[in-house]
Amino acid sequence: MSPILFWIFTALMLAFGISVVLNRDPVASALSLVASFLCLSALFVGLDAFFIGVIQILVYAGAVMVLFLFIIMLLDLKAEKRRHFNRLTLVGGGAVAAGFVFELLHVLNSFSMGKNPFPPLGVARLDDVRQVGITLFTQFNLPFQTVGVLVLVASVGVIVLSRRELK
Amino acid sequence: MNPLTLNHYLLASGLLFSIGFAGVLLRRNIITIFMCLELMLNAANLSLVAFSRFHIGADGLPNYNAQVLVFFIITVAAAEVAVGLAIIVALYRARQTTHVEDLVSLKF
Repeated sequence: MSPILFWIFTALMLAFGISVVLNRDPVASALSLVASFLCLSALFVGLDAFFIGVIQILVYAGAVMVLFLFIIMLLDLKAEKRRHFNRLTLVGGGAVAAGFVFELLHVLNSFSMGKNPFPPLGVARLDDVRQVGITLFTQFNLPFQTVGVLVLVASVGVIVLSRRELK
Repeated sequence: MNPLTLNHYLLASGLLFSIGFAGVLLRRNIITIFMCLELMLNAANLSLVAFSRFHIGADGLPNYNAQVLVFFIITVAAAEVAVGLAIIVALYRARQTTHVEDLVSLKF
């Protein structure tokens, strides 16, 4: 990936991520989240992970965000009113997040392997979807089927939860 | 311009994670908190894909185990969003609010 594209998409992704946190209107937050995920999938494509990039757009920007917007409109949420501001939360939350970033910079500074540039691919054309499929169905067949059961359980659970009266 | 290194991607992923983390701690609307959780999950995916591309195997291909893990994370996250939003809808029906400071009792 060209460094210029990396910087553009990373800056956009982080800016939209900040806008998710700062927006008071949930609809605006949800749309910023979509934009952030689109930039993230561009980064995936830049890392030669085409299948994951497409899945990211289909599942997150498609299915999950439609679900979020649907729920926001179903509940008819308005923009949050400015409430009594909890200063302790602001200081505590900011301090924990800043501490995490500081720790991350410290770790990355001493992580010498990460200072190498990415090695070139050893093949002329990457058959990315085929390789993911082979890995998924040969090495990770049992986890794949277990995830299928998980999705079934989740969909049954959602139906039970959204019935009118919980017994 | 300098070539991209693994640390660039790890830093981007860590910053996205900390934005989501700060959002979970600071925001009071339960739906926005849920969106920030999704940001954190995706930050983890970014670092996994970067590691996958960084480790070129003997056959000249990236390490696909990491991408399969990302696939599982996306699947589980989608299931989690469905269940979580159903819980939020049930909660809203019972209490008519999505503000976490109004939801302080476990049983009502």
